[in-house]
Amino acid sequence: MNEIKASMAGNMWKIVVAVGDKVEAGEDVAILESMKMEIPISAEQPGTVKEIKVNEGDFINEGDVILTIE
Amino acid sequence: MIKKILIANRGEIAARIIRTCKKMQIATVAVYSEADKDAPYIHMADESYLLGPPPVKDSYLHVDKILDIATTTQADAIHPGYGFMSENSTFAKKCEEKEIIFIGPTAKILEQMGDKITARNVMQDAGLPIIPGTTEVIVNTDEAIKKAKEIGYPIMLKASLGGGGIGMQIVQDEAELMKVFMNHSKRAETFFGDGSMFIERVLENARHIEIQLLADTYGNVIHLFERDCSIQRRNQKVVEEAPAIFVSEKTRLKMGELAVRAAREIGYTNAGTIEFLVDEQENFYFLEMNTRIQVEHPITEEITGIDIIEEQIRIASGKPLTYKQEEIQKQGHAIEARIYAEDPETFFPSPGTITHYEEPSGDHIRLEAAVKNNSQVTPFYDPMIAKLIVYGKTRNEAIRRMQQALEAYKVEGIKTNIPLLIHIMNNATFNTGNISTHFINEQF
Repeated sequence: MNEIKASMAGNMWKIVVAVGDKVEAGEDVAILESMKMEIPISAEQPGTVKEIKVNEGDFINEGDVILTIE
Repeated sequence: MIKKILIANRGEIAARIIRTCKKMQIATVAVYSEADKDAPYIHMADESYLLGPPPVKDSYLHVDKILDIATTTQADAIHPGYGFMSENSTFAKKCEEKEIIFIGPTAKILEQMGDKITARNVMQDAGLPIIPGTTEVIVNTDEAIKKAKEIGYPIMLKASLGGGGIGMQIVQDEAELMKVFMNHSKRAETFFGDGSMFIERVLENARHIEIQLLADTYGNVIHLFERDCSIQRRNQKVVEEAPAIFVSEKTRLKMGELAVRAAREIGYTNAGTIEFLVDEQENFYFLEMNTRIQVEHPITEEITGIDIIEEQIRIASGKPLTYKQEEIQKQGHAIEARIYAEDPETFFPSPGTITHYEEPSGDHIRLEAAVKNNSQVTPFYDPMIAKLIVYGKTRNEAIRRMQQALEAYKVEGIKTNIPLLIHIMNNATFNTGNISTHFINEQF
């Protein structure tokens, strides 16, 4: 299982995948908003989205797990 | 004369406004969010009040709360600074209803210039050349494709209510437009509450030149010359300078005259800036009007000796302009570098705690900072933590002074763009002045 973590603190602007979606390595899974800029968060490895741990609009800290991939 | 001003903003601009208020013996009220509770500007004000939690909708965009504080503290005016409420016509109207002076133009002007398509049409009627493009809003991909074909690729796709470089993209061809149109439209909807877009032709190798205006409520309008703001990243300014010596004096005077005439024509009041794109043949085109004080106003202050914030307050108090056009003189050269909390290569933001902080100082060095040692740079607001302004008798002298000041400026614990700014000052192309808005993309 692979955890995808936030690279910096910010507001979870958009989660672009759903549980069960297949993702490729490098594919964007979520978009974080920090300092008025959108930061794409991408999957490091291919897999299937197993669990989404945050909601859109949540404030998240650097290192928080956004979702897990299997 | 205004006696007490509430500053509906934060950071360096709040500090800047308070400084002029003190000089004019005007009392000040600062407001802040929980994220800014230790910010230096709060202690500079005579009174300060907590607005609420960090998100802007609960703090700096919380209209009712800000107006309540203004009423309770008996402030007779609100200075909105830049960003946040500064171009919000609803806010300006509410101030008027409460008989609080909004330091800026009228709500009607804010509305006209805030909608970029209306602004294009109004300014064309007021005699300014505009970039060839659409005159009506575009709401779907099919329409966008049709219009783009008429205008010719590459095109610039923009959000009608956009600003600050958000919702803007150069599009090379139809395939790319099909891919990105709805994305940008949705983003504009999220950021500005309206997904309407428009299209302009792309001007190659253009400079961004803007005219600083002052207009009183008696129909007097003057300009304080121009600024060259071509050095940008993500369509946001990074380095600005005044005067714009690489455009001929003749063209610059013409731009100043036309800008003054257009501002008078639309009934503009207070400080404002008309932005132009200028191509290699020195054709110039209206880009947009900023109906507020701008981040880069200090470089104009440095070359003219005029305190623009003071003029804003005087105009809002109903006083006539202090100066006539022929009394405005410029001397020397000023450069501003915006210090951003961001990675100097990827431009990704870098929130965190400043662990070591040392400011540059010396003759003709002016620093407008929002931070100090141990300051928290939070992810909630814009990444600009300070502005470094230098003055020199010549452009070369100003560049050298900026190099030295940047080298002496120590900000540790977070990443900043200071290394990039040093590279820019050392860059041969920058030094020759042969720059366009693509400079950073092309050189770094």
